[in-house]
Amino acid sequence: MIRVQTGDFDIGKEIERLRADRTDIGAIVTFSGTVRDAQRDDGGAVTEMTLEHYPGMTEKELARIEEEAHTRWPLQASLIVHRVGTLRPGDNIVLVIAASAHREAAFEAASFLMDYLKTSAPNWKRESGAEGERWVDANEKDYRAATRWRED
Amino acid sequence: MTRLLYFAWVKDKTGIAAEDVDLPENIDTVADVIAWLKTRGPQYENAFAQSEAIRAAIDQTHARIDASVASAKEIAFFPPVTGG
Repeated sequence: MIRVQTGDFDIGKEIERLRADRTDIGAIVTFSGTVRDAQRDDGGAVTEMTLEHYPGMTEKELARIEEEAHTRWPLQASLIVHRVGTLRPGDNIVLVIAASAHREAAFEAASFLMDYLKTSAPNWKRESGAEGERWVDANEKDYRAATRWRED
Repeated sequence: MTRLLYFAWVKDKTGIAAEDVDLPENIDTVADVIAWLKTRGPQYENAFAQSEAIRAAIDQTHARIDASVASAKEIAFFPPVTGG
């Protein structure tokens, strides 16, 4: 399942919903990303972060990434939630949950989902601080991280 | 008619989020669309000045610069993504 939303999410409730009435799941790995207040190169504090996205394509990309994770690992359930709109330091941005019978698949799939999401979901961060506003530059490290899952 | 979409700083520079255009006959690829857009005024020239920093999607799927736009209904231009 994937969701793009402006509102917050409750990690506990999302896990509960994912495993409702199921007893075959043995491992649940959860990753959540939050807004930091010190991301700017100029050292200034971030007071607000706005996530712009491409409505339609974001959902399509997240669904494609999730489907790919299911073809690579024996997952029993998964969830990706991405928030868009204006967020503040400390706010949740993204949630990934991977559930499987054993932990290896869940750990790896959660990591894969995050790496792919960061380099292919059409979302762009804009930071605001005392120095003004600016678009966040793409991080080389994120793109390198995603290449480790290549199968060719 | 082809719908063009712009996001993040590409949108800031073009000054618009979306427009419907009739692409000229001789346009085959994403790179051709970018080259044509750059002739449409200083704001486009500025937005696409660093064309290596621009990513594109055709009908909501990531596309390479040499991808064909022959059957494209919607072409989007944006910087490398920074979500998550």
